[in-house]
Formats: sequence, C-alpha cells, structure tokens
Amino acid sequence: MSARIDARGLSCPQPVVLVKREMEKMGKGTLEVLVDTVTARENVSRLARSFGYQVTVEEKGSEFLLKLLKEVTL
Amino acid sequence: MSALTPFFASRRGIVFAGIFIGVFAPILQKLGNPANMGICVACMERDIAGALGLHRADVVQYLRPEIMGFVLGSLAAALMFKEFKARTGSAPIIRFFLGFFAMVGALVFLGCPWRALLRLAGGDGNAILGLAGLALGIWIGVLFMRGGYSLGRSSPAGSATGWVMAVLMMVLLLLAIFKPQFTPGGPIFISVKGPGAARAPLAIALIVGLGVGFLAQRTRFCTMGAIRDVILMKDFHLLSGILALVIAAFATNLILGQFKTGFVNQPIAHDHHLWNFLGMTLAGLAFTLAGGCPGRQLILSGEGDGDAAIFVLGMIVGAGFAHNFALASSPKGPGAFGPAAVVIGLIFCIAIGWAMRERSKI
Repeated sequence: MSARIDARGLSCPQPVVLVKREMEKMGKGTLEVLVDTVTARENVSRLARSFGYQVTVEEKGSEFLLKLLKEVTL
Repeated sequence: MSALTPFFASRRGIVFAGIFIGVFAPILQKLGNPANMGICVACMERDIAGALGLHRADVVQYLRPEIMGFVLGSLAAALMFKEFKARTGSAPIIRFFLGFFAMVGALVFLGCPWRALLRLAGGDGNAILGLAGLALGIWIGVLFMRGGYSLGRSSPAGSATGWVMAVLMMVLLLLAIFKPQFTPGGPIFISVKGPGAARAPLAIALIVGLGVGFLAQRTRFCTMGAIRDVILMKDFHLLSGILALVIAAFATNLILGQFKTGFVNQPIAHDHHLWNFLGMTLAGLAFTLAGGCPGRQLILSGEGDGDAAIFVLGMIVGAGFAHNFALASSPKGPGAFGPAAVVIGLIFCIAIGWAMRERSKI
C-alpha cells in the first residue's frame, strides 16, 4: 500500500499528526510526505524512525519529499 | 556547517540548548536582571511595550536587548544553515489575537513558560500552579488538534516579508543603545525603579540573547511543544530540553545563592493559586493553537515566518492593554480586571479551536 501527504505550509505539529494518522492506517508500505521546512523534515523523520520506518529524503528546490518505507507489519 | 545539523537535531542538541538557557538566565539575573527573570519572553516584551509608551506602568519599561538577540540570533542561524524562508498567510488575524490573549494570561501568572521553569528552579512554588495550568491549556489545545483544528497553510512570500521582524529588532536595538527622547520625559521610557530598572549590561544581555536565539533556532527548542508532544504522541524529545533547563538553572541558582523555596514573598510573583493556574491555562491554550510558546514564536519570526511575527506583535500590543486596563497582576495579586480577561480569553480560544476545524481540507 502506498499513500501521499502534502504537508507544505502547515504549522507544527500538523505534519506529524497527519503522518502518524496515516501510518496507523496503512501498517506497511510506502508513504510519501511533501514538506517545505527543515523543522517538518526533522520532525516527520524522527516520528517515522521511531515507528520503524526507513526514511529517505529527496530535496526538491526549497521543498523536501520524504519517502517512508515499512516492509513488515508489527 | 551542515555537519553540525545532526547534533542540533539530536537529543544531545536539545539538552545542550536547555542547559545553555538554564545556566545563562540565572547569570543574567546575577548581572542585574530581575529575580527569577533572567530570561522571560512575556515580561521582556511587556517591558519593551512600556519603553515605547504602549503602557505607562513606570516600573516595567525598558528595551530588553535579549528579545532583539533571540530574533537576530535565529536570523543568523537560519541564514547560515540556509533555512531562512519568508512565509505567511496562515490566519494572521487569529494569530494576532492568540498572541494578545497569550500575553494577558502570562501577565496574570507573571511569566512565560521559560520564566515558569526558571521560577521553579529558583524555588518559587507558585510556578507549580502555573506549569499545571500550562499543561491543562496544552491538553485542551491537543483535543482541538485531534478534532482537526488547523489555521490553514502558509505560503511562500517575498523575502521582504521575512525580513520585517529582523529589521524592526535592529531598530529597537538602536533605540536601546542611543536612548533618544522623542518628547520630554519619553518615549523612550526607561524605568528608574522596579523590575524595569533591574537590568544586566546591554552588551552581555544581547550576546546571551543571540546565543539563545541561535541555539533555539537550530534545535527547535519549545516549552509548549515539549508538553504537547508528550500528550499527543508520547514523544519526549523536546521535553528533555526543558528538563535540562530546569536542572541547569537549579544548579546555577544554588551556586549563585539565588535559590529560595516557598510560596509567599517570591520575587515578582503572587500566590493566588487559582489565577496563577488559570492565567497559564489561557496562555497554554493560546500557544498550542498558534503552534509555539512565545520564545519559539520569536525564533520563527527571525527565520522568516510572518505569521509568528504577527503573534509576537499581538503579544506586545496585549502587554500594552494588560497594563492600561488593569489586567496584569502585581506581587499583590491579580489586577482588577485580570480574572475577567482570562475568562474572555478562554472563551475566545475555545471558540477559535472549535471554529477552525477543517479535517476535510488539510
């Protein structure tokens, strides 16, 4: 399963809240998250790692596309 | 430079920022700042409002250079690490009034969350009521957040939007240095007695402010966020920063002989438990709905966030009203209309929290 969240322009902690809600729904798979501040990038990455996701970051101009990957359901 | 980023984002980074504030705030107090008020964003913005004549409480008027330092230190860090980003448009008028009422609540308690922690570390038991109220306010804010509360997205803006606050702070700094008199007697007003007359040397206050601003920008230090993250998702990252602050300030106070326990006769504090509690409940709720404590809002305004800048201006205007309309407390207790203002503020915040649900749009 894969999903995508656009969290650009949302103030703290909304990006994290949205990502957490989606992660709880999907269990495993890839979640793409688009953010536009380094703070949101760090916060979402920290949350994803603590949930056992692998995190890769792609820089797109002034925005960041985070790919959160989980292969097995806990 | 970017090699330092993982350190600042780590647990050690946030603890380092907490220790820095916890050590230097009591030192600023030793060097002249008011007791248990080495650093206090709300009190210092209130003093700035007074220096500009937005209120005429003559004991709390001084252009506190720490505030300029926070914003300019954050600006420097954001430019250095390429994080400066002009943005605005997320319900600015609501943020203005959240700032306004956050200040009213903070001045009923007599301190922002940073000062609440410093008061605790100085032995002031009333801080416990304030911090409990703060936690309740944040908890209410989290309920709204779970219900889909959002002030909407900000959008990238022309870079001038991001620079306005930094330039304002530079102007205030020049006014603090040269102390011009615009009319006989002021403004610029400068207290000759009371807390406003207690001040550390300008250069040292500015340097500490710059250091705090730089570190807080890098580490995203936030007192409201610390409690919110624990309630919302059992994340203790930011909390470790504020615990470090309290422990470091406690130790520094002991070393400097500034530790005194009790509820009565604490410096620049009153012991009306209910209003200490409810004042900070209002402040905590307003911070949560706006996404950051007063310190964090200053830091955000320095890195280009025009919405956070509006919140800061709301706080400064709120300080003017708080003293002009007898809302602010004094060591004797709450002002005549302080309790009523807290109730109005809570109604405003709850109405905003309820009205700004847009689960489907975010």
